Order: sequence, then C-alpha cells, then structure tokens
Amino acid sequence: MIKQPVSEHKSSGKRHKTLEKLARYNGWLVVVSILLVLAVWSLGVQWGKPPAFLLPSPQAVWDKFVSTLADGSLLRHASVTFFEVLAGLFFGSLLATCLGYFLAKSSTLEKLLSPYLVASQAIPLVAIAPLLIIWFGPGISSKILICALIVFFPVLVNTIIGFRGVPENLRDLMVSMRATRWQKLRLLEIPAALPILFGGLRIGATLSVIGAVVGEFVGSDKGLGFLINVGRGQFDTALVFVAIFTLIFMALSLYGLAMLAEKRSTRWKTAHH
Amino acid sequence: MTQFLEVDHLGMTFNGAEGELMAVQDVSFTLAEQEFLCVLGPSGSGKSTLLRLIAGLIKPTAGSIQFGCLPGEQPSISLVFQQTNLMPWRTVMQNILLPLELQGIDRDQALERANAMIHLVGLEEFAQAWPSELSGGMAQRVAIARAFIAEPDLLLLDEPFGSLDALTRERMGAELLNIWQSQRTAVIMVTHSISEALLLSDRVMVFSPRPATIVAEMKVDLPRPRQEETRYDPEFLKYAKLLRQAIK
Ligand SMILES: Nc1ncnc2c1ncn2[C@@H]1O[C@H](COP(=O)(O)OP(=O)(O)OP(=O)(O)O)[C@@H](O)[C@H]1O
Ligand SMILES: [Mg+2]
Repeated sequence: MIKQPVSEHKSSGKRHKTLEKLARYNGWLVVVSILLVLAVWSLGVQWGKPPAFLLPSPQAVWDKFVSTLADGSLLRHASVTFFEVLAGLFFGSLLATCLGYFLAKSSTLEKLLSPYLVASQAIPLVAIAPLLIIWFGPGISSKILICALIVFFPVLVNTIIGFRGVPENLRDLMVSMRATRWQKLRLLEIPAALPILFGGLRIGATLSVIGAVVGEFVGSDKGLGFLINVGRGQFDTALVFVAIFTLIFMALSLYGLAMLAEKRSTRWKTAHH
Repeated sequence: MTQFLEVDHLGMTFNGAEGELMAVQDVSFTLAEQEFLCVLGPSGSGKSTLLRLIAGLIKPTAGSIQFGCLPGEQPSISLVFQQTNLMPWRTVMQNILLPLELQGIDRDQALERANAMIHLVGLEEFAQAWPSELSGGMAQRVAIARAFIAEPDLLLLDEPFGSLDALTRERMGAELLNIWQSQRTAVIMVTHSISEALLLSDRVMVFSPRPATIVAEMKVDLPRPRQEETRYDPEFLKYAKLLRQAIK
C-alpha cells in the first residue's frame, strides 16, 4: 500500500537536476539574486514608505539582527528551537526507522498497522498541538514530541520502501554464503536502503523545524516561534523577520547536511573515473 | 566410500501465476568428492533451479539432497549466479572480500588472498572501481573471484563464462581447472558449450527440456591435464559427437 518514497521531487527529477547544476556552476547567481531582492525591497520601502510594522527596511532588520545577537537573546531562543528540532528529529526518525524495518519485513504487520498510520496523517498536527501542550506542559518536551510526530511518517514510509527495495538477488547471495541475520542487516539491508533512508531524513529535517515553531506558537516562553509571537504583539516586525530568517537558515542547514549524507552514501551511483 | 553429494528423486514444482510449473522432475545423481560435473541442457529446462536447490536457496517439493559429510555439518558452498550480482555500493575489492568478511577472517590475510584473486582474474587496475564502471564480462570475473576466494567444498557455477569472449573464456576455464586441482573442491557447472564441458569435467549430465530429467550421462575419460589442443583429439571429437546426439 505504501509504494512511493516520500520526496518533494516526484515528477520533476529532471528539472531538479538542472536546478542543482545551476546552483553548482553558478553559485554567484544565487548571490546576485539575493542582492537583487534586497535592492528591490530596500527601494520599495524607500519609495512606498510603508509603516515599519507592515514592512521594515532591510537595514532595520539587519540592525535588529545585530542587536539581538549582541544581547544574546537571538542565540538563546535559536538554540532552544534548534535543540527541539534535533531531539524531535532524532527520536522521531529512530522510532520510525525501527518500526519501518519491521513493517518492511512483515506485510501482515503492515496490513495490520497501516490503516492507523495513514489515518493518523489525516489529523492536522496544528489542531492537536494545543492538546499535546495541555498534556505534556509548555516546556521543551511537548515541542520535541510534536517534532517527532511530524517527522515520523515520512521517515517511516521511506524506511519501508528502502528495506523493501533490497534486491532479491543480493538476498540470495547472502543466503548462499550463509550470512547471519545480523550480517544481512549490516552488510546488505542497511547499505542498500541507506540512500532512501537519508532521503527521508532530509524531508524530516525541514518538517521538524515546522513542528518546533508550531509547538512554540501554541504555548511556550522561549524559542524562535515564541520570538515571532513577541514581535507580532509589540508590532516589532523587524524582530519577526529576524526570527524567520534564522528559521530558514536552520532548516536549510539541516537539509543540506542530510543531502550531503545522501550524496556520500550514493557515491557509487555517480562514479566517473 | 560415501558420496559427497547425493541427489535423490529430486522434484521442484513452482506455484506461479500460470498455475503449477514443474521445473525439475525425478532427478537422481551422485557427486563424488572433488568431482567435476558439467550440466548441459536446453534453455528453461531447470538447470539454474537445480543449482538453487543444491545451494539451499529454495526447498525441493519432492525428493532430497544429502551431503555425505559428518552428520550435522554443512559443507561450504559458493554459487556463481547466472546473472552477476555484485553489491553496487562495494568496490571490486570489497565485493571479492565479502565471503571472507562473513567468515570473519583476519583482514590482512583476507587482503592478501583478495589481491591474489584479483590478479588471477586480471582486474588489478580495477580493484578500486565500482561495479557500475565494469563491463559485463569484467563483472562476471569479479563474481567468479568472489566464489573462488571462499575456497568452498562445493562450487556451483551457473554459466559463469557466459558473457566472456572466447579467449578470456579459455583462460578462465584453465584457471578454474587450476583452482579445482589445487583446492580439491567439487564442482557442478552449468554450461551451453559441449567442448567446454568436455574440456573441464569428469562427467557430463544432459537435461531434457522442462521439466528437467536426466536424459544422458557420460563419463569423460580424457587424460588430464587437458589443453586447448585436446579439442582436436579424435577421442574428444567422439565424445562431442555423442553428446551432441544426446542433446538433439
Ligand atoms: N521462482 C520461480 N517461480 C516460478 N517459476 C520459476 C521460478 N524459477 C524458475 N522458474 C521456471 O522454471 C523453469 C526452469 O528455469 P531455470 O532458470 O532453472 O532454467 P535454466 O535451465 O537455467 O534455463 P537457462 O539455460 O535459460 O538459464 C522455467 O520455466 C522458469 O520459468
Ligand atoms: Mg539458468
């Protein structure tokens, strides 16, 4: 019932490749495009003169960034969110990988559990986040739980597909060489599934950031989500921008790390001597 | 003397999409220790199925396969599959090392043996290459090296030289004989080549079209060592003619 690995590039693999090439060869293009956006933004603010609580100038956002960095508040809140994201990603994918492995091995177990797993995806996490905060308190643990929950499903699906995709002829090879169950796992199943596992982790990483912010919106007194709430309440829109950019940076770094791991685990696919 | 391997009224019926399919029917034969047996037969007759049965990858639906070694002991078996199946994420060297890694053999000793094997199959330059960078014949040689390095009691070869050119094929055949003579393993080899079978084996078995039954069996009493010139020996030609008639 679960057949496709979770991936953002389902049909656009080719376009994705072109984009990747562009990014590689034209790294300076990215810089140019960012500068262009900043220029338009800055000019727009200068000419349109919107009130600062609607759209602050890039300069104001930068100043805010420097001042929050200097008084340590940005790092303090960012590190709380970062910790929640990492812990949620860790526990969520650990659980999903273990369960996914057994689901991949036993289709009976999959048939038994998959209705619940799929149905659970129909529940919007944002809707039950308040409940989780009521039950688990406004502290860090409820945020970690929300992150873990949001990470769980895509990692699970990729784990199942990864382990199901282990080539049958290599299984035969391992059996003919009398490999033990542990050897099969270590030398065949994990290496064969690894690229898809990392793919799941990559998607999970960005989702985990969303989970943490959702949790902090609903109820917390620290973290970047909380900072956004504060900024909104005080009409300090520059602060909101600073928090958003920090979140983007965080999500992109995690995504990039997971992608790097994925690339490294598939060196053999792209080998050219 | 007990036989090394006894195959007794072996039968294999697959339950496929198109109903039952009998691939092997009532096959009985024995294999002596260190014997070299070749299996000939038309495509789809059940030769690969026989090897998979002996290797224990599938369970027979009739009859039995018994090894004459000590009770409770399993002989070590290496199978070279018809389709080369290298692990794409391991280099040539790492693929060849795999059986030794499974046996937990000391790394230095394993490397030494692997290097000798790579030299044997002539892939020194490609030791660090990925399987995706190899030609079909090169990949097959890696698979052969991986089977040989384990020094098994029984070597099962399913058309191991299928995608090799004639010259490499001859050379690999000669190497196979060397290994067989030095390691004293038993060999069952599936091939489509009558002269290859005669050049290598002690005995040739001919299978019928599916379901596989043994239609002819022939002891090859050509003196060893056999060379390429043996192919033109009148005795050899007599055997070849007989076999050709048996296959039809
Ligand atoms: N797992 C399977 N399930 C169903 N049918 C199978 C299976 N494996 C083999 N068969 C069938 O058994 C028959 C014998 O197959 P096998 O691979 O043993 O032939 P072969 O003698 O090795 O042929 P070739 O010389 O072409 O390799 C074929 O008709 C094949 O379709
Ligand atoms: Mg075959």
